[in-house]
Parts: sequence; structure tokens; C-alpha cells
Amino acid sequence: MKPAAFDYVRAESRRQVLELLAEYGQEARIIAGGQSLMAVLNMRLAQPKLLIDINQVDELAYIELRKDCLAVGAAVRQAQLLARPTLADEVPLLALAMPWIGHFQTRNRGTVCGSVAHADPSAELPLSLVTLGGEIVLESIKGKRVIKAAEFFQGILTTDKRADELVVEVRFPLKREGIIYRFQEIAMRHGDFAIVSLAACIGLDEVRLGVGGVADRPVMCSLPRGAALPDALNETAWSLDAQDDVHASAAYRRQLVRELGHRLIEGV
Amino acid sequence: MRVTAEQRFAVRLELNGRTREGLAEPRTQLCDFLRHDLGATGVHVGCEHGVCGACTVLVDGVAMRSCLMLAVQAHERRIETVESLADDDTLSDLQQAFRRNHALQCGFCTAGILMSCVDFLERQPDPSEAEVRDMLSGHLCRCTGYTGIVQAVLEVAAQRQTNEEV
Repeated sequence: MKPAAFDYVRAESRRQVLELLAEYGQEARIIAGGQSLMAVLNMRLAQPKLLIDINQVDELAYIELRKDCLAVGAAVRQAQLLARPTLADEVPLLALAMPWIGHFQTRNRGTVCGSVAHADPSAELPLSLVTLGGEIVLESIKGKRVIKAAEFFQGILTTDKRADELVVEVRFPLKREGIIYRFQEIAMRHGDFAIVSLAACIGLDEVRLGVGGVADRPVMCSLPRGAALPDALNETAWSLDAQDDVHASAAYRRQLVRELGHRLIEGV
Repeated sequence: MRVTAEQRFAVRLELNGRTREGLAEPRTQLCDFLRHDLGATGVHVGCEHGVCGACTVLVDGVAMRSCLMLAVQAHERRIETVESLADDDTLSDLQQAFRRNHALQCGFCTAGILMSCVDFLERQPDPSEAEVRDMLSGHLCRCTGYTGIVQAVLEVAAQRQTNEEV
């Protein structure tokens, strides 16, 4: 299908984007890579009055290594971050998770912040952000606020972002010594929406396990290691309110959390 | 730059080495603009939501879905489509390898796959089979089962490596 008609602005500065958002609110949509939004527009699931294109806003196209995080601006493409030579040393989980995002062709245009703002429950970047305890920077004409990833994602394609706000930056916490990072995903074929995706930060006594594709948002749980792990994984699997859909049953999803989670954490 | 829904914007871009111009509404997808306004009918439109990969073109040398881009976003960009590959009557090495390896049957998906391969081989001149299959996961082909396509891509990569060594 073809999109319904809309006005289009190719924004030149962050300021201009924020002013337009303040004026149009819910009637405007931001387009960055458009790898999710264009599909939504083509199917007319969204019919905004105004499309604000931020692809030319150079001040948002930065990747910055800071003291405690890797900060990624709103106009940075997924392929650009994935190609960063030092990524595996800085945020190892991202280097593992990002090859699972869509395909080579969609990563070439899709943006990091765009995926976070879209908030698909099975998407890899929101899951990585929640698992690592990352932050999202939102800005409106009134100012900036920083929110924890776990509070940002509120449901299927639903976030804490207000209509006049732009996701200007996401912050991925840097690698911690002594932690092993792992990522695994099951989908119908590589690049499809995940049936279950798992991200793990594994310490000696404790594990942070992020689960995507099961609940209505990515969820992070703290789990013990050793003999208590299987029971804890079972509890986690049941706590996520898995649903049946055309791709998999709820029971299969719970089984994946238990079995894949165990293998991922114990490295078998 | 601001274009209202009713306006048509004069999109100027470089298509396969030539400067071209056409009028597009903000909502016009790049794939439709290339086909209907600029005559590049080698761009095939399949699913229109980024899944099938048939409409893949190069934007400034990078493989992207032209159904997930607006024509206005291609203003002042360099676009290459499948029409750019053959030199007059001679098929490119990639196209010849597709022919030799039966890497196409109906050919609907082929134009997009070829454009992905151009970008991919540029970045990975010596890919493994797994890497080729990973790149091809962004395309749907319902005829070949992909085996011939994988062979063709690997063959061209090997051929180019040999040529370079000579």
C-alpha cells in the first residue's frame, strides 16, 4: 500500500525539530532510518500530518565514548555503530546483539535511536539497553530529561516519550571487568522478528538476563547461578505472561526461556 | 526544506551516472518514483514493507530498501539500480555468474539481490558461505532455494580475487 498524504520537513537542526514537535505534538512523526516507520506508513497504520526528517541533522550523528557509557545520537545508523572497530571492547553485548537486527540492507539505513523509540518488544537494541541498565535522553523545547531503559519501555510500541519529545541519545553502559556477555535468539529465519531473544551479563554469583519477544516489552531479571538457576528460570518464564501467536505458542516461548536461558548462562 | 502534502517537489538526483529530475509528492516512495517517473523499471516492488528485498537499490553506494525511503529523501543523492550493472550488451561478472549458476528462475527478486551483492562484495571481497547466506537473509526468493545464488556470489568473489592477483 501507499502512505496517506502528509507534509514533509527536512530538518536542519535539533532546535528546528524540537520546535516542530512543540507545535504539532501527536500529529507529527519523526523519521530517521524509517525501517519500521515507513512500513507502518505504507500500511497506513499511522497517518501523521507532518513527517519530520532528521537524517540531515548532523549534530545528532555522533557516537561518543564517555567515562561510563557509549553515547549514540539520534541520526546514527545501526551499520555505523556495528562497524565501530572498538565496539566489542566498549560494549561487548552490542557487538553480539546487533548482527541479529533485521538484515544487512536494513541496518544500512535503520538508526539506533529509531529502534529504541519504536519499542518493538522483540527488538534487539531495546533488549540490550534494558539488560545493561542503559539510559535514554529525551528532549523537548522545554528541556532534557534522562530516563532508565527499564522505565522507558511500557508496552508494545509504547514508551514514556511524550508527543513533544525527541529521543536525542541513548547511552549504553561500558563493559565491566569479570562479566561475560552473551546473546542468543530464535526466529523463523535470521533477521525475522525474534520469537525469543536473550541477552545475558554473567557474573560469578549472579546473572542479569534480559528477555525479548515474550512479554510486551524487554524485561531484565536477576538470577542466581548454580543449582538454583533452573527453578529461577522457570519462575521467570511464567512471570512474563507469554502469548500465543502465529509464530509460536506461549508454552514454546516459556520452554525457550528455560532451556535457551540455561544453555546461554551455563555456556553449554 | 518543507513540502506540503498537496505540493510536488522537484527531486533531483543522480541515477546510474546521469542527473535526473522529477516531481514527487512527499508521500511518494522512492521505488515508485524510480519506476514511474524516471523509468527505472528494473526496480521491482514486492511487499512494500521492507521484508522481501526486491526493491533494493544503492543510495550513495549503500544497499537499501527503496520502498522504505521517500523520493524526497533521495534529493541530491546518488542512486544506482540494476540498470547500471551491464555495460551496453555485456552483462557484469555478477550477472554472468547468476546466469551460469541458475541463480534465478522467474527473476523478480534478482534485481534487488544483485544490488545487495554489489555493496556486499565491495565490503567483503572474500566472504564465507555463511556470510553470503547472512546477506541473502534480507531477500526472499521463492524459486531457487538460494543454492545457486550462493554459488554465484562465491564464484564471482573467487574470480575477482584471482584477477587481482594476476
